[in-house]
Amino acid sequence: MFDLKDLYQELIVDHNRNPRNFRKMQDADRVVEGFNPLCGDHLNLYLKLNQDQIADLSFDGSGCAISVASASLMTDALKGKKVADAESVFNVFHNMITDNKLHDAEEIEHLGKLAALLGVKDYPARVKCATLCWHTLHTALEGKEKTVTTE
Amino acid sequence: MNTNIAQTLSAGQSTFSVDTIRADFPILQQEVHGKQLVYLDNAATTQKPLSVITTLDDYYRHYNSNIHRGVHSLSEKATAAYEASRKKTKDFINAASTKEIIFVRGTTEAINLVAQSYGRSTLKPGDEIIISEMEHHSNIVPWQLLCEQTSAVLRIIPINDDGELIMEEYRKLLNEKTKIVAIVHISNALGTINPVKKIIDMAHAVNAVVLVDGAQAVAHTGVDVQALECDFYVFSGHKLFGPTGTGVLYGKQELLERMPPYQGGGDMIKMVTLKKTLFNDLPYKFEAGTPHIAGVIGLGAAIDYVTKTGLANISAWETALIQYATAESAKINGLRPIGTAKEKISILSFTLDKIHPHDIGTILDHEGIAIRTGHHCAMPVMEHFHVPATARASFAFYNTHAEVDRLLQGLKKCLEIFG
Ligand SMILES: Cc1ncc(COP(=O)(O)O)c(C=O)c1O
Repeated sequence: MFDLKDLYQELIVDHNRNPRNFRKMQDADRVVEGFNPLCGDHLNLYLKLNQDQIADLSFDGSGCAISVASASLMTDALKGKKVADAESVFNVFHNMITDNKLHDAEEIEHLGKLAALLGVKDYPARVKCATLCWHTLHTALEGKEKTVTTE
Repeated sequence: MNTNIAQTLSAGQSTFSVDTIRADFPILQQEVHGKQLVYLDNAATTQKPLSVITTLDDYYRHYNSNIHRGVHSLSEKATAAYEASRKKTKDFINAASTKEIIFVRGTTEAINLVAQSYGRSTLKPGDEIIISEMEHHSNIVPWQLLCEQTSAVLRIIPINDDGELIMEEYRKLLNEKTKIVAIVHISNALGTINPVKKIIDMAHAVNAVVLVDGAQAVAHTGVDVQALECDFYVFSGHKLFGPTGTGVLYGKQELLERMPPYQGGGDMIKMVTLKKTLFNDLPYKFEAGTPHIAGVIGLGAAIDYVTKTGLANISAWETALIQYATAESAKINGLRPIGTAKEKISILSFTLDKIHPHDIGTILDHEGIAIRTGHHCAMPVMEHFHVPATARASFAFYNTHAEVDRLLQGLKKCLEIFG
């Protein structure tokens, strides 16, 4: 049977307690605000680009453990990546967290530490907490609006 | 363990046995995530006793038909049952007449009806409406809309850090421009019981009318609208162990008579020509279209159930539960109760240090425990206490001390995970 530890596993608890890249970036190229009205999760995502590369990525704000850990893991995973690669990680992650399929070891391997968030699939109400930072990043990369909400 | 605390109590004339009560609520006999369900989200909606469920079944199975229209037997039976619910509701809140009982969809619709019918037809620019900082959004937004439409001004009674109204500030807000006071009887986010009788008397002294939002009150305390002398009293059936989609607007007859209809349509008319319409008498003037017939009949069954159980018994049982839960939860490290009014009902709203309420909600759900987490449609209350959300356990008379223990164990689990 599914164990709650699958969601609140050590990695998540740790990234919630000590979020990585949790800082305001003074010289960011783009700042986008993400908001999840259900939980009141609220984050600012700071993006610095070097041509087609994510030179730096950070966030601040407040939210539930899932949203904070997700932002922490995401910024860690994508810093230094090419924009196109980040988009493809986003697509893979987003599909895996919202589809109804069971995923094989290889697919999960591919996600690296981000796989820790897959436990959220059993709690549909919480999927938005995990995807908030990703949608915010998506907007930042497209360079469009300034505020993203999950509604 | 305190599970051997009395499972029965005697108050009033009848005896109250929680085991007997629980047997009447089929939904409680189930497991969630492999654990016996502990339902502590009663402020959001209450569960339904078998008598309500079978009443709905019986209606659809045996006499489903439209009311006030047919001469056939089924229609007459449905009409009689629907009107019997009106009589039960009148008795339940001690209204003077069944003409004062309007069936609506819920508290929200009742407040919107009063704002748009009474408010819009009487308010002038510069008139004032008073609400409080602890209102549910449904007792804020309709008044904001009305203020935009009429250029009236919204004034707010602040609350203190225990979650009680600051009555001195209310006194200062009242003046000859005050036309409407809309106040929650019992707060859904804090559990606070407001001194509504006093609030009403003070408003009447400046000739303002008072609407009381009784959504959280009717299932927990006896309400006597004539003793309160409130002008409007509103509540939802689904928080009173009845079906969703049903609610009640009580209004003093002389006010309702003067008010224009809220919606137009069938049932609310006496005669229609293409030039002119003659509106129906009370209460039908405010019940346009086919209502939730089954739901209203079911609400009658819910009122019967509550009356049979006895509000004195219910209140005594719930008081014991909340006292126990409050005392025991205070021993949990980092637990901060939100809403510590002297007068409150069985609602325990709280935060845990460094753990977001939604994480608490998910962890408890995994333990089979249903609570509500979030802003409880009372964002100004969250703002007052500087929290984005709280966790809220709200008890009904079918809850037990053993379930309080399960909640406490669940909270300890939260501390372990995030420890
Ligand atoms: C105090 C209070 N007022 C109003 C409402 C709105 O009730 P409904 O959604 O049934 O219209 C609620 C329900 O959440 C409530 O608790």
